[in-house]
Amino acid sequence: MGCAAMESEVLIEAENLTKKFGDLVAVDSINFKVFEGEIFGFLGPNGAGKTTTMKMVHCVLPLTSGRLTVADMDVTKDAREIKKMIGVAPQEDNLDPDFTVCHNLLVYARYFDVPKAEAHKRCEELLKFVQLEEKRNVLIDQLSSGMKRRLILARALINEPQILMLDEPTTGLDPQGRHLIWDKIRSLQKQGVTIVLTTHYMEEAAELCDRIVIVDNGKIVEEGKPSDLIKKHVGEEVLEVAYDEDVSNFLKSAFPDARLEVVSDRIQVFTNKPRGVFTDILNKFSFKAAMIRDANLEDVFLKLTGRRLRE
Amino acid sequence: MKTSGVASYLRPTRLSYRFWRVWRRNLDVFMKTYKVNFFPALFEPLLYLVGLGLGLGGFVRPQEGLPYIIFIAPALVAISMMYSSFFECTYASFVRMYFQKTFDAIIATPVSLEEVIAGELVWGATKSLINSTIVLGVIVVFGLVYSPFALLIIPLSFLVGLLFSAIAMCFTAITPNIDSFNYPSFLFITPMFILSGTFFSITVLPVEVQIIASIFFPLTHAVTLSRAFTVGTLSPTLLLNFAWFVVTTPFFFVLSINLMKKRLIK
Repeated sequence: MGCAAMESEVLIEAENLTKKFGDLVAVDSINFKVFEGEIFGFLGPNGAGKTTTMKMVHCVLPLTSGRLTVADMDVTKDAREIKKMIGVAPQEDNLDPDFTVCHNLLVYARYFDVPKAEAHKRCEELLKFVQLEEKRNVLIDQLSSGMKRRLILARALINEPQILMLDEPTTGLDPQGRHLIWDKIRSLQKQGVTIVLTTHYMEEAAELCDRIVIVDNGKIVEEGKPSDLIKKHVGEEVLEVAYDEDVSNFLKSAFPDARLEVVSDRIQVFTNKPRGVFTDILNKFSFKAAMIRDANLEDVFLKLTGRRLRE
Repeated sequence: MKTSGVASYLRPTRLSYRFWRVWRRNLDVFMKTYKVNFFPALFEPLLYLVGLGLGLGGFVRPQEGLPYIIFIAPALVAISMMYSSFFECTYASFVRMYFQKTFDAIIATPVSLEEVIAGELVWGATKSLINSTIVLGVIVVFGLVYSPFALLIIPLSFLVGLLFSAIAMCFTAITPNIDSFNYPSFLFITPMFILSGTFFSITVLPVEVQIIASIFFPLTHAVTLSRAFTVGTLSPTLLLNFAWFVVTTPFFFVLSINLMKKRLIK
């Protein structure tokens, strides 16, 4: 599965990529590769350097040091050519409030030198794709946040990009809106678009990404397929029970090689043992508020980046 | 990125045709609301002509040998060049840059930041051309234009507008917030409005002020040229006034673009 991606072309490659803002090292000598046709995710807490990295890839932020290429072109030399092949959906809403929905797309098409007739055609197709046809002649401030996200996605596709960069594509959306965006992202991948996204939603990364890197404090702390990372770091299942001193001691003796974590009033037990190890224990003893759940990316994330709040 | 010191502020600008895309965006917005846009350009000079020209003008002796209303009419054209371009590239550009994030959206396309700023400047110059041409039309209707040379005001307004746009953009590049535009407005624009030979001959001013106004105030040169064109009194010294714009405009054009790059590219 991951191998399919491995065999294809490297589209984006970073070597010792570094970005400093004064004394602050936002991106600290990272290395990564994005392969053609995959969905690649940057996962990390706020301020980890995800957006900064994205901005360097699509050539709006200069590098401090290191090397960064897109389709074998150097971002410091061929910015214009690289920007032509990338579609960018930023985190913030920077739609043009002076124009209607349709006009936003047409004006944006002009920046890419898309001929007028072609721009109109793409505008209609894209509005259909993101389900905004009926809002064609509506001004931006009359759109809901979900509609704005969809329009930003449509705008990012106006130049028929080979690479689509999505910075937190579903932040602030309701579940319906989020699933709609996910569907669109998957269908774009099927059409051959390479997608790079950032997110701090574990579910989103696990759901969408072929490969992810987990970033923290400007460094890549782990990379791989979401399912592999879960197996590697937290195993398949997690046992959660209400906190109790005795129960805690008992679990420690029952699972000597497991990792126990106490989070507020609950104990979480992580082990690399295969599925089913917790079932016996639950059958033999009755713990308060016990449950067995699948290990997920959030467990990996918290294990690797800690529980400290980020600003 | 490596040059430092003074040279880094005057690094030459590399532009492609793409700056016109940015200009075109602003034109599109302007055309959507053109009725609202034309109204102040039309109404304000009318007020001045009636209030100052006809009203106050009855009490004022001729200035530089011209009846008062004929003296101020070309100044109103020059003032509209200054106001329209200066405010376009301060408040309006700042709103696009800071509040609407329009520049961010554009630089994610093949259009470069330099081209975005150049497009803004050329648009500011275009606003100057549009507004001052309207004012010119008004004073023609009032019968205050005596020479076909007045048509030269139209291309002049673009050049003057480009200079004021570039100066404005320098302020936009360094302003911490939108309220701080009050400083250049009151300390730079308003003194020029009053002291550039607009409503009275600068020869009545103290000699130090005269020197400052006649050398450093761009508006003085614009007023002198406009007045010569509407009255039809051409003289070789006008070439100096014109040369003043030819020299300063490219300087501020390049300076403003480099200042904006320093602000926006970290």
